[in-house]
Amino acid sequence: MRGKQHPLDDYIRYWMLPTIWCPGCGNGIVLQALARALKELGLRKEEVVLVCGIGCSGRMAMYLDVDTAHTLHGRAIPFAIGVKLAKPHLKVIVVGGDGDLMAIGCSHLIHAARRNVEITTIMINNGVYAMTGGQVAPTTPHGVKTTTTPYGNLEEPFNAVSLMATSGAVYVARWTVAHPIQLKESIKKAMLKEGFSFIEVISTCPTMYGKFIGLNDPASMIRHLKKISIIKSHVDPSKAIIDWNNLIVCGEFIDREREGFTRRIRRCVNEARGADRR
Amino acid sequence: MQGNEACAYAAVVAGCRFFAGYPITPSSEIFEVMARELPRVGGVCIQMEDEIASIMAAIGASWAGLKSMTATSGPGIALMAEAVGYAAMTETPLVIVDVQRAGPATGVPTKPSQGDIMEIRWLSNGDYEIVAMYPWSVQEVVDLTIRAFNLAEEFRVPTILLMDGTLAHLHEKVAIPSEDDVRLVNRPKPSSPPEEYMPYKPSSYLVPPMASFGDGYRTRCEGLAHDYQGMPTSSPDVYEELVRRLCDKIRLNSHRIAQLKYYFLDDAEVAILAYGTMARIMYAAIRELRDEGERIGLIRPITIWPLPEELSDLMSEMKKVLVVEMNYGQLVREIERLTDRKRVVFCPWLRLEFPCLEEAKAMIRRHLHAG
Ligand SMILES: Cc1ncc(C[n+]2csc(CCOP(=O)(O)OP(=O)(O)O)c2C)c(N)n1
Ligand code: SF4
Ligand SMILES: [Mg+2]
Repeated sequence: MRGKQHPLDDYIRYWMLPTIWCPGCGNGIVLQALARALKELGLRKEEVVLVCGIGCSGRMAMYLDVDTAHTLHGRAIPFAIGVKLAKPHLKVIVVGGDGDLMAIGCSHLIHAARRNVEITTIMINNGVYAMTGGQVAPTTPHGVKTTTTPYGNLEEPFNAVSLMATSGAVYVARWTVAHPIQLKESIKKAMLKEGFSFIEVISTCPTMYGKFIGLNDPASMIRHLKKISIIKSHVDPSKAIIDWNNLIVCGEFIDREREGFTRRIRRCVNEARGADRR
Repeated sequence: MQGNEACAYAAVVAGCRFFAGYPITPSSEIFEVMARELPRVGGVCIQMEDEIASIMAAIGASWAGLKSMTATSGPGIALMAEAVGYAAMTETPLVIVDVQRAGPATGVPTKPSQGDIMEIRWLSNGDYEIVAMYPWSVQEVVDLTIRAFNLAEEFRVPTILLMDGTLAHLHEKVAIPSEDDVRLVNRPKPSSPPEEYMPYKPSSYLVPPMASFGDGYRTRCEGLAHDYQGMPTSSPDVYEELVRRLCDKIRLNSHRIAQLKYYFLDDAEVAILAYGTMARIMYAAIRELRDEGERIGLIRPITIWPLPEELSDLMSEMKKVLVVEMNYGQLVREIERLTDRKRVVFCPWLRLEFPCLEEAKAMIRRHLHAG
């Protein structure tokens, strides 16, 4: 165990380091971007709650030094909704994997966006179920061989950006782990929105997904992401392509205003109480 | 007032300020009353997209400091199974109401049953204890709803209030107490300074003090096996201590949790053992049969889990114990473990309505004088 020495140590449980993540895993970059965003926003740690699902990405809940919940696979969002409705002044962040949020927890994600609950969700899309050993995910591209698609994936992946845009999120963005600065700025912006904000981070899992697509060392994965990603602002979300061979469109796709859910609840409570007083 | 309404009003008195649910017969009136009443007291009621989301939202709200509840029926309870294990593992104070209907699967939604006795006990994987209580009148629904919140808070344990479709819709006169007239228990709070707080370090009665999110303590809600800090571990020593404690905090405190009542046992040779609505019908039948000279009495567990330890002693005095349940054999198996099996006679009732008085008397007579 080392002593406190890094500028982000205030926000990181440095005594838990090293993380359980593999060398070259993109999760660490997301953790750092998140910690920097909190620091730059000047948030006190007791104002922030991090709620995670289950998966490699869910282990974020061990390392960020705020109140954290490591929930069940797919169930971070409903837990986070309970927290936010109970204590609306808290800033609630959800971090989950692509399997966690787009497969087992997909309906919660859609409904949270529809309700416009003031939660910032960061989905770490590594194209695969990493923690369980490299099975196909709803984000895995067509044709990729995984441990459960030995003849190649027969299905088409979800486009999370487009799904979140149609579901009602007020802020939708996508970055890769090769864009740490943009990611950090985006998290800051998302956390200041009134309503449900969603950031997809295309991440590197050299151990599983990288191996499947022939990029099994971290550096070549990052270089590849840099090469194929372009930043375009406010393109039509349905055109926010992810093609691991040629093109990943990054940027902010949605940034709009809509009344947040807890504001509506507050009004409902005031009206119900006012009616009683009358 | 009907059982469901009484349950909701009592929950508000008990301090419940968060409800998340998903509609299901025969429990929906609880949800409907909460939707109306909670905003009036500054609480929140929300309809989620399914029962899994409902219980997870309630768990989240509890970690943010609110007394929380959800209500459902057998199929919804089945969906909540994993999350009940999560609530047990994370020691979340939580009240779950299960208004039983005939199963399995969608079953007969509008008809009562006592078929969830084992379902609620063994919901999740792994070893843990829950608390479950089953009232027999609308007034007792009120009293036990309040008690359910108190126990959930004191022991940081998911606590289940059982009803059935009949009790849920039974109209009776009740007195809903005011908050000042009832003893309300709140979860134990940490007394140590925040820097020294360990979220899972047990107190003397095995329950760790609970800081809420946003309180300024650094706390963790962790579903993996965890140490006192709430950090994941696969150490056998830490795991064994944790699992033993999750069970023992209920087992070793069961004298403070478990309740039963018995009636007419003084001169009885045979006891009927029944719970909830069935016990109430048996009580009426026993009274009439006693007038006819039968020496029978009634044992009524009020907490189903944990089962009261006195049961063994009470049964040991009896020649026979007739276990009457509205299912095809659930609590009876547990009862057989607590006494000489030969003494136990099982009387299942699967008729989709509770027996009327004559049917109840006929059932008892048949078993009293058989063999
Ligand atoms: C109910 C349930 N089903 C399955 C699992 C096993 N499981 C753990 S993590 C995981 C998938 C993880 O994939 P993802 O969400 O993409 O996260 P990653 O590990 O890739 O970061 C699964 C299926 C579980 N923990 N709970
Ligand atoms: S398996 Fe993949 S996602 Fe998991 S820690 Fe390793 S690199 Fe990261
Ligand atoms: Mg993944």
